[in-house]
Amino acid sequence: MKHTISVLLQNKPGVLSRVTGLFSGRGFNIESLSVAETLDSSISCLTLVTRGDEAIIEQITKQLHKLIDVIKVTDIGDSEYVEREMVLIRVKAEAQTRAEVLRVIDIFRGKVVDVSPKSYAVEVTGSTSKVQAIIDILKPIGIQEIVRTGTIAMARASKK
Amino acid sequence: MEKINGSQAIIRCLQEEGVKIIFGFPGGAIIDLFDALMDSDITNVLVRHEQGAVHAADGLARVTGEVGVALLTSGPGATNGVTAIATAYCDSIPMVILTGQVPTALIGNDAFQEVDIVGITRPCTKHNYLVKDAKDLVPTLREAFHIARTGRPGPVLVDLPKDVVAKMIDFPEKKPIRMQTYQPNYEPHQGQIEKACKKILKAKNPVLYVGGGVILSNAHEELTELARKLNIPVTMTLMGLGGFPGTDPLSMGMLGMHGSYAANMAVANSDLLIAVGARFDDRVTGRLDAFAPHATIIHIDIDPTSISKNVKVDIPIVADCKQALSAMNTWFNTSSDFNREQVSASHEPWRATIDDWAKKHPMTYIDEGEIIKPQFVIQKLDELTHGDAIITTEVGQNQMWAAQFYKFNKPRQWATSGGLGTMGYGLPAAIGAKMAFPDKTVVDVAGDGSIQMNIQELATAKQYNCPVKVVILNNNYLGMVRQWQELFYNKRYAGTVMEVTPDFVMLAQAYGAVGLRATKTSEVEDVLKEALATDNTVIMDFVIAREECVFPMVPAGKATTEMLLV
Ligand SMILES: Cc1ncc(C[n+]2csc(CCOP(=O)(O)OP(=O)(O)O)c2C)c(N)n1
Ligand SMILES: [Mg+2]
Repeated sequence: MKHTISVLLQNKPGVLSRVTGLFSGRGFNIESLSVAETLDSSISCLTLVTRGDEAIIEQITKQLHKLIDVIKVTDIGDSEYVEREMVLIRVKAEAQTRAEVLRVIDIFRGKVVDVSPKSYAVEVTGSTSKVQAIIDILKPIGIQEIVRTGTIAMARASKK
Repeated sequence: MEKINGSQAIIRCLQEEGVKIIFGFPGGAIIDLFDALMDSDITNVLVRHEQGAVHAADGLARVTGEVGVALLTSGPGATNGVTAIATAYCDSIPMVILTGQVPTALIGNDAFQEVDIVGITRPCTKHNYLVKDAKDLVPTLREAFHIARTGRPGPVLVDLPKDVVAKMIDFPEKKPIRMQTYQPNYEPHQGQIEKACKKILKAKNPVLYVGGGVILSNAHEELTELARKLNIPVTMTLMGLGGFPGTDPLSMGMLGMHGSYAANMAVANSDLLIAVGARFDDRVTGRLDAFAPHATIIHIDIDPTSISKNVKVDIPIVADCKQALSAMNTWFNTSSDFNREQVSASHEPWRATIDDWAKKHPMTYIDEGEIIKPQFVIQKLDELTHGDAIITTEVGQNQMWAAQFYKFNKPRQWATSGGLGTMGYGLPAAIGAKMAFPDKTVVDVAGDGSIQMNIQELATAKQYNCPVKVVILNNNYLGMVRQWQELFYNKRYAGTVMEVTPDFVMLAQAYGAVGLRATKTSEVEDVLKEALATDNTVIMDFVIAREECVFPMVPAGKATTEMLLV
């Protein structure tokens, strides 16, 4: 099962390598990882997507929590949450495909952020599956390069 | 505030923490600290190899319960310490390791004797620090000691750049440490305690399975009270030996790969397993699905990651072992559901079954007349030291025979590398223990292979007038590996025959120690007696039955009931 885990940690040198070292050392996998400062610049928020059965996810969260520099670990999947990922795609756009590419971008509510005579650079934001979908659709037209941010996620505010 | 330099501040921190002895080896990057140590009342033990320094500090920590401290220089000094740091980490031993580092301006430049020791030791320390700013020195050191000794203890490394320790700083006042990100939970959840106690009252075939956590949390009295109050048989892991009196009728001895027949059978047939400060290591469980298959499992441990890691636990209690056991004792003492006589009596049939197992296959060996049996040497050692010596070990068969045949009745008289199994641990650890308790008899039970891994520390023992005794069970083999080859590799002794071994008697003499040898069973007692009566470091070379195996043995990956027996 895929899990999105959010980790608040001290914004100090070496902390990220404690997290990644834990994953490599214990054979846990990381599908994506994204990290940046929070409102409080002494604290970073790291979102990681991993896979594993219940026992593995339990170990992952406990082991993360055991790291001295980790403040809080939340398995976001335990609650309602929103997740987003952004991708930049450089796709071939020549005379006969330009219109088709623009149509696809429009359907996915993407944006063209760079134009050259033979290509567009496109920005798309959405869930991982939406990002994957546009990649799959543009692939036959000719993707030259992609860069993905990895997932970031946030629990929904309670409705009450 | 008065200004002092960084090194002096560090020494003052050590004094604040109650450190009396540290073990070190100098070098360019750490001279300042050695210099400052000269003006303090802390004994600075100069070892002969950095691995020895860290093992010695570890030995001291295990027998005293205090934080062991080692002082190493940068680069090779620090890397030489890594095996010993990992050894302490695997066994949760509280330690602070201070390493010198190149000046901050040179860090990252591949400077002379620069290594990223913080990077290297990240996976084998509880936590580590590189101090880049002199004003962080004192808070970092205090935090390091706090982390090392609280929660599940462990080694903490502090890397000290040369320029940082040379700076003049104010020595800040000591305040209670509160870390937002680190608050180990000591107190048990009362609901879980009650649930566990009620479960215990329902059990017919309960077993207490006790690990090193009981030693680390000084919970032996509470454990003993619980076991006796409810008449529950106890088995210990290698790390748990001494956590419950080995000569108590309730003790089944060690369990696991080289555990007793009775202990392994009891666990396999138990309906309730109460794990206390143990971590279900593969050397204990054997094939996982056959481990305690009929048992409900209660697990007390201060480290939540230990719980349900290998074996699914039914009633977890995340807490300090001492507090949890004490809470259980209190529950039984005050509960109207508990009738001591009745519960004790109800466990008698179970005890009788266990006694039958123990009688059928006791911890034993075959007598071969004048050929020295290693088990006999340990039995004699136990007898002559009244089971009261501090025993350290090397690794291999020697270690297992010591664990099986010495009867540990008290905690902290046993220091062995359990989790990592580090050959070369025993001699420096013995020195650390003896430095802490000069009046106690300290014996390193060694193999002829392992003893050569840190033999240079004989010089340290000599220099500091630290008369440890070394019992070499000399089979002229890397015996434990040879045993595996005998049993599982068609007796192909690849890389386990040491064709050249030093004459240990002469070697001892070369270091100014005493060397004794026994080649016949009838000489064993005299050699031991003479060694124990000698006020000098003594190496005893016992030439033992060469191809003796350690039994019982659960082959790796087998169920613990599938024991190979004598
Ligand atoms: C540093 C290290 N290297 C290798 C091993 C693997 N090993 C485990 S036991 C053993 C044999 C030890 O031989 P010896 O000290 O003579 O003890 P014996 O088993 O013969 O009593 C070896 C090589 C180890 N545990 N530690
Ligand atoms: Mg040997």
